[in-house]
Amino acid sequence: MTSIDVVVTGLGATTPLGGDVASTWDAMVAGRSGVSSLTQEWAEQLPVRIAAQLAVEPSEVLERVRLRRLDRSEAIALIAAKQAWADAGLEGAGLDQERLAVSIGSGIGGAITLLQQDDILEQSGPRRVSPHTVPMLMPNGPAAHVGLEFGAKAGVRAMASACATGAEALALGLDLIRLGRADVVVAGSTEAVVHPLPIAGFASMRAMSTRNDDPERASRPWDKNRDGFVLGEGAGAIILERADHAAARGARVIARFAGAGVTSDGYDIVQPDPECRGGIRAMQMAIRDAGLTGADIKHVNAHATSTPVGDMGEIRGIRAAIGDHPVITSTKSMTGHLLGAAGALESIATILAIRDGVVPPTINLDDPDDALDLDVAALKARQLDIPAAINNSFGFGGHNVAVVFTRP
Amino acid sequence: MATREEITSGLAEILEEVAGVNPDDVAEEKSFTDDLDVDSLSMVEVVVAAEEKFGVKIPDNEVQNLKTVGDAVSYIEANH
Repeated sequence: MTSIDVVVTGLGATTPLGGDVASTWDAMVAGRSGVSSLTQEWAEQLPVRIAAQLAVEPSEVLERVRLRRLDRSEAIALIAAKQAWADAGLEGAGLDQERLAVSIGSGIGGAITLLQQDDILEQSGPRRVSPHTVPMLMPNGPAAHVGLEFGAKAGVRAMASACATGAEALALGLDLIRLGRADVVVAGSTEAVVHPLPIAGFASMRAMSTRNDDPERASRPWDKNRDGFVLGEGAGAIILERADHAAARGARVIARFAGAGVTSDGYDIVQPDPECRGGIRAMQMAIRDAGLTGADIKHVNAHATSTPVGDMGEIRGIRAAIGDHPVITSTKSMTGHLLGAAGALESIATILAIRDGVVPPTINLDDPDDALDLDVAALKARQLDIPAAINNSFGFGGHNVAVVFTRP
Repeated sequence: MATREEITSGLAEILEEVAGVNPDDVAEEKSFTDDLDVDSLSMVEVVVAAEEKFGVKIPDNEVQNLKTVGDAVSYIEANH
């Protein structure tokens, strides 16, 4: 398809399982849950009182004055991006800033800032509203702050496609390098909306698990007793780099970003197509883009959020697009659903699965759905040789994105 | 009535909270932007916090005249 190879040279994340990639990945492979009870006073009135909250608060990482000008989603995007930047050996590398781009999105944006400042407006009047409100709530804020941190001058892009945002931000990064618009892209996504209003909104849709008395067992993709997703917060960042650029500076290459597929359902604003037709086309497109066939894909990090309809539709889709051979997982069983940040975090998990030859488990799968006829690495991590793997992300609005990674 | 020293030290507290300025660096001759690195958005926060702390009203068209800490101290001293 193209002569320009794109590789992954750095990873960063802050998640419900850990404050960095290594601790998050260790917890994933060990099958630990990041879900806990919401003990805040505001949670008492809610039908959903569980969430997967950050393992490490941003205040432990960023200084106080800087933090008060950042929405939580911006702060954690910056934390993840700085980790990825260092991991890629880019500190002091003297990169050409006019060839450096950012592609970092969010599903919802600075909702916590918006809601907190609205409280101030109501209680104390307009003069008390922070002058930092607008740059904190704007949906391009996380991308812009990351761009400022590294002096990116080849464009700062902010994808928004709900729960497909992270994967689509990566797909855009791939395009930017292939089209010759940048040599290096800091790509990823962020989400931080553990707040009563978004929770009430999702709960009103009957989309969330209400297993309030058993938080660690609430996210249970493909289990007969799944009753909705568990909200998570976090951010993931991946350094994408033109392969010859990475080689010229002697960078360590973690994986190759081989292909992407982006489709839309044209079906319903929130309901997934039960036949997963858009998802199938996205997977097929990504595999073709990578110059591979379904037989080459040994592992799938599924979107599978623990909702009754979506989980099984995706299984049918994987069977149709790839076959019955891949070992699948839903890491959301441990992290909850990070909404816009899911695609970045799960792409990181996919890349590490390839690197380490291990598929993290789908935990809480005690009583599999009768229609589940593929291997989803139930309960325990699986050793597996993985030359190529795919990550799926689907979002409200009918967005379907699949991204394929391979060994370097 | 607060003394000039008391007003300066009150401003130093605000500047530390809002912009992370070291209170030891705050003195009457210091410029908010050039010496203390207070950007325009933070200056808005400083003004609102100073109004609350000292019980004064600082109109927007007055803020542009407050170049140094001493300018702000004089305004607050004259108007609170």
